Amino acid sequence: MKSAWHKVLFSFALVLMFALAACGGNDEEEENAASGENESDSSKTIEFMHLWPEGSSKQHHEIVNSIIDEFESDHPDVTVDVEILGNEQYKEKLKVLSTSNELPDVGMTWAAGFLDPYVGGDMFAPLDDILEGPLKDKFVAGTAEAYAVDDVTYGLPLELNITPLYYNQRIFDENGVEVPGTFEELKEAIQTLADNGVTPVALGNKDRWTGSMWYMYLADRIGGSKALNSAIDRTGSFEDPALIQAAEEIQELVDMDAFINGFNGLGNDEAKGYFINEQAAMYLMATWDLPEWTTNEDNPQEFRDSVDYAKFPTVEGGEGDANSYVGGPGVGLFVAENSDVKDEAKEFVSFFVEKWGERSVTDAGVIPATVVDTEGLDLPQMYIDILNDLNEASNLTLYADVQMSAGVADVHLDSIQALFGKAITPEEFAKQQEDALAAEE
Amino acid sequence: MNKVMSNKAVIALYVLPAFILIVALIYGPILITGYYGLMDWDGIGAKTFVGLDNYMELIKDAKFWQSAYHSFLLAFFSTLSLVPYLAISLILAGKVKGSDLLRKIYLIPMLLSSVAIAQLWVKIYDPNNGMLNSLLTMVGVENPPAWLADTNLVLYAIFVAILWQYAGFYIIIYYAALKGIPESLVEAAKIDGASPIQIAYKIKVPLISGVIKVTVVLAIVGSLKYFDLIYVMTGGGPNGASEVIASYMYKKAFDTFDFGYGSAIAFFLLLITLIVTWITRKLTASEDEIQY
Repeated sequence: MKSAWHKVLFSFALVLMFALAACGGNDEEEENAASGENESDSSKTIEFMHLWPEGSSKQHHEIVNSIIDEFESDHPDVTVDVEILGNEQYKEKLKVLSTSNELPDVGMTWAAGFLDPYVGGDMFAPLDDILEGPLKDKFVAGTAEAYAVDDVTYGLPLELNITPLYYNQRIFDENGVEVPGTFEELKEAIQTLADNGVTPVALGNKDRWTGSMWYMYLADRIGGSKALNSAIDRTGSFEDPALIQAAEEIQELVDMDAFINGFNGLGNDEAKGYFINEQAAMYLMATWDLPEWTTNEDNPQEFRDSVDYAKFPTVEGGEGDANSYVGGPGVGLFVAENSDVKDEAKEFVSFFVEKWGERSVTDAGVIPATVVDTEGLDLPQMYIDILNDLNEASNLTLYADVQMSAGVADVHLDSIQALFGKAITPEEFAKQQEDALAAEE
Repeated sequence: MNKVMSNKAVIALYVLPAFILIVALIYGPILITGYYGLMDWDGIGAKTFVGLDNYMELIKDAKFWQSAYHSFLLAFFSTLSLVPYLAISLILAGKVKGSDLLRKIYLIPMLLSSVAIAQLWVKIYDPNNGMLNSLLTMVGVENPPAWLADTNLVLYAIFVAILWQYAGFYIIIYYAALKGIPESLVEAAKIDGASPIQIAYKIKVPLISGVIKVTVVLAIVGSLKYFDLIYVMTGGGPNGASEVIASYMYKKAFDTFDFGYGSAIAFFLLLITLIVTWITRKLTASEDEIQY
């Protein structure tokens, strides 16, 4: 009896071993089959990886599918092979694929800091020929530039986010506060609200980039659009008086209790919760939250009606103007340098960007990086206003943590949290970042 | 069966699958981590060999030592907390009414996932709408602290959540060990006139000293490599006030793409845990094996 058991176990183990071995072999066979197919009937396959699964980004997903269908029917000899992953898995997989030099022909990337290592490793193909050719002057100023390294563009942006100051009109009315146009007025408004026991600003600074937006705007309004950028690209210094003054203003706001109690321990989602619950009057956040204030049925109609937005106020005597925005393109498309269907891939990318620009706002509520003609679009008024503002934008300053390399970005974000928490002085704040930037030169 | 088990080839066959898995998934990666620790590597591009540079930098890195201090602080409090857990188990293992129900209540946190626990405590600690501060305001505290935003309090606020999370685990271990003590020993002591406190302190605790040693090691090692609650609740902030070794390692490797340095921290953490485990074993070693 015992030996019978032994036989059973043994054969089971053997079967398992073969099963495992078979699993390992399968992939290769499939790959061979796929590449064999390519050679035999001259049809070409573009591998395309994106990060909008049907479950979590339904509208994005559908637009992508219909663009691909359209492309395939225009190009009967090309098939687009799609692979979809969630955001974090996507980043991981892209990294792994790049180490083995097996990137998909077309995929999604983020701007500046994310792009750098891939460009350094010659993984992405330059796309300047598309920018100069079919897509010339289609992009909002400053968006495609965010994907450039040494003046060569390696990605074409799909999304664009700017950062308006949202406010709750009902709370403003109840406290007799006017919409601030200048920083002085903003401070008065904050003072009035704080005196009335209303939280002026919802801020989730546990995430750090949220506070960075406030700092970046003040730096822009005081020192002009070049001050922060030139400190980061090393044509200037972070110890610029304007950048230090911006840090001082932040601490003054903290002293006035402008920001919600315990902001350094709150995440952005929690802070947004306060704004949606009408427990805070203002909220500085990018336009990716527009659906929350317009179309999202989960939020009460009454609240959505009372939310409006303003451009970040100007500082008296400062150099920046109200039409300069902090923001950034979201994801963009890249073409792999070692792609064997590079021409088709480039054609696909350019086709995709154009079609996406036509449909993303109306179908998914995403502002594309290409210029949108608002005439005749059926959209909530807030979208129309923001799209029109964008057409008048004088400058777009890319989020500082995206502009910087990952290591310096971490120093910047930590310094932001320390500055808001009053653990360091404005001078120390500037010096820490100057040191980190200088060390990397 | 005996014949089969004495056959070396068969033994090897049975041991092999587990052995291969352990080597491939645990010991292999440990060695590779040590190797990566000698590189300057962003996780994507080429690796450059830099020798012990990462480790030299680590030794001078004030932020690392601050996070190491926090990890050791957690280890200290975790070990200290074993005393009340033992006391609770002693009571539960005695014939207390409803001890069955209480035991289950203590175990519930163990059954929740760490992220759920973190979210729960984030809600409790919320500075304005949170349960804790609402309670404090109700009893008349003017300015209740903003727990997770206060650099002086945040670490301890998280410790409370961590200790709460593991209470059930240790209580169930002690409870099981105490239930294993033969009833006859306790009865003999009772006949000799020992008080319940004497029974607990002089008989029960010494009898489960082996288990206690194991829990001490578990608590210390577990604390040193602790990560999840801290990562979800504060991400190590504000200003690194709740950073521990593991969260600092994660930050370096995955947020700043410094995989070489991250690997060096990971390897150093392994060394620290090994040394501390060894010291703990030495300090708690005793000659006599317990026999019932």
